[in-house]
Amino acid sequence: MGGGACTVTSDVTTTSVPERLAKNRFVLDEEESHIEIDQEVCRATGTAARIIAVCPAGVYSEQDGQVVADYAACLECGTCLAVAAPGALRWRYPRGGFGVSFREG
Amino acid sequence: MTAEATEPDFDVIVVGAGPAGSVTAYLLAQQGHSVVLIERGEAPGAKNLSGGVLYGRVLDEVFPGFAEEAPVERRITRHVTTFLTGDSSVSVDYAGRPLAEPVNAVTVLRAKFDAWLAERAEEAGVFLMPGVRVDELLREEGPAGPQVVGVRAGDDELRARVVVAADGVNSFLARSAGLRSKPPEHHLAVGVKAVISLPRTVIEDRFAVTGDEGAAHAIVGDCTLGIGGGGFLYTNTDSLSVGVVLRLDDLLKHGRTAAEVFDHYLAHPVLAPYLRGGEMVEYGSHLVAEGGLEMLGSVVTGGMVVVGEAAGLTINSGLTVRGMDLAIGSAVAAARGIGEAIAADDVTATGLSAYRRHLDDSFVVKDLRTYERAPSFLERDRMYGAYGELAAGIFHDVFAMDGTPRKHLVTVAREAFKRSPLRLRDVISDGWAGVRAL
Ligand SMILES: Cc1cc2nc3c(=O)[nH]c(=O)nc-3n(C[C@H](O)[C@H](O)[C@H](O)COP(=O)(O)OP(=O)(O)OC[C@H]3O[C@@H](n4cnc5c(N)ncnc54)[C@H](O)[C@@H]3O)c2cc1C
Ligand code: SF4
Repeated sequence: MGGGACTVTSDVTTTSVPERLAKNRFVLDEEESHIEIDQEVCRATGTAARIIAVCPAGVYSEQDGQVVADYAACLECGTCLAVAAPGALRWRYPRGGFGVSFREG
Repeated sequence: MTAEATEPDFDVIVVGAGPAGSVTAYLLAQQGHSVVLIERGEAPGAKNLSGGVLYGRVLDEVFPGFAEEAPVERRITRHVTTFLTGDSSVSVDYAGRPLAEPVNAVTVLRAKFDAWLAERAEEAGVFLMPGVRVDELLREEGPAGPQVVGVRAGDDELRARVVVAADGVNSFLARSAGLRSKPPEHHLAVGVKAVISLPRTVIEDRFAVTGDEGAAHAIVGDCTLGIGGGGFLYTNTDSLSVGVVLRLDDLLKHGRTAAEVFDHYLAHPVLAPYLRGGEMVEYGSHLVAEGGLEMLGSVVTGGMVVVGEAAGLTINSGLTVRGMDLAIGSAVAAARGIGEAIAADDVTATGLSAYRRHLDDSFVVKDLRTYERAPSFLERDRMYGAYGELAAGIFHDVFAMDGTPRKHLVTVAREAFKRSPLRLRDVISDGWAGVRAL
């Protein structure tokens, strides 16, 4: 990159979360998800709304009354587990070597 | 079980190659112990993220002159604190060459920096196992009660005299050993961060720094939409680390999504000019412990010690988050304590409590004590909204030349205060609590 001329036009403030995630390196574990949801407990405890709100990667969404997790996009912060009611989520780190792999950090 | 099968494979197993784990492993190897360092990421640093301001004093004791060799980004010579309201901001800018020599604070990017630390450990003889997730602790009943004797990772079991849980803020190992319980939501915050690349010259011009100097901006107020926490904007060599830290209880209470608050922050008129033209090269998130001393759990059990953020070692003064230097400080204390316990052939909780004593004597616990009241002080809502409004109101009246006669600053302040929703009682109470906490 040269000098002070800063001509890139893309605006960092207008990119969507999926666009941002697309810049990251992920090693997808195709065999197992590290997130399992207990729909009953999730619904009964109001966990669904909480995990949808706190997840910075937009991993959780509601589809046909079920909470689904797009685990491939997970940034592994553990925030969802921290706000989930006991038993609503089974969340662990992905298997060794899988998942997000920061190049900057 | 035969005696052979229970023979330890290593003197020490360290789980987690963040700053706490790599420095503990390095120092123990230097003492001549056999050490394995297990990391779930494909390489050390691959899972780690922070704002990136490392207060370097303690690391300089471990690796004298590290700032010359390690992949550090910039030396921070400028600290800017900004209170934001919806459309204005008030900043305090402290720039000082004295901050640069000897190195006070540097910025780091963890993928590179943690990898460097782990390499130093390997060089000292530590056996590094990246790409391996530890699944659970191996425990046995010993003469002095339950004793951690190793770890299980998948189908493999590894045994050691001492296990070091350096596995970071979620601290699954310490929790499984009963040393910690799930932290309450007001003791945790979620950090959302992006790295935005910009040419070095642009960074130097925008932040008024030269050479390898850098700036650290701490931002409170409207940047988090009034949610307890704050924002940061730190300079790397040719990128910016920009993010928000949001207290979980407050985020849930405000009914906002984390991504929404982050977007609001990036687009804020005070932030946007710094980021203009940059390209987002990475987007990440990580939890941060915010409980201060209150969160420091039990750090020793038979056969195991807990270091770094796994033990809850962070200080959030409202304007800075410190965790890396405390992680390194706890590593120094742990390596000493473990060394003594192994030498005395007593790795029970009693023998390993030498670690806790060294930790208590170190700057880590002393600083935690100093900031003991900061977390509850920072839980006061006014910190994140009304004070910024008040400060902005005062400066508006000072600088807005609207034809009305100028007034003394005291009068201006008094009038701004009258318009503000704050009550004097709150201000005095917060001021007093703040002085005592910070
Ligand atoms: C947004 C944000 C901003 C921050 N800003 C700053 C700052 O400016 N300055 C500062 O000093 N601190 C800052 N911190 C805090 C700092 O990042 C942490 O306190 C610090 O990283 C703690 O170091 P650690 O070695 O204890 O843990 P970590 O760095 O979290 O390392 C833990 C390691 O253990 C590994 N691990 C976990 N579980 C397992 C397992 N089961 N098996 C194998 N490996 C495992 C992880 O992959 C990781 O490598 C910030 C934190 C956040 C979230
Ligand atoms: S760990 Fe973090 S990124 Fe992953 S699903 Fe939970 S909240 Fe989202």
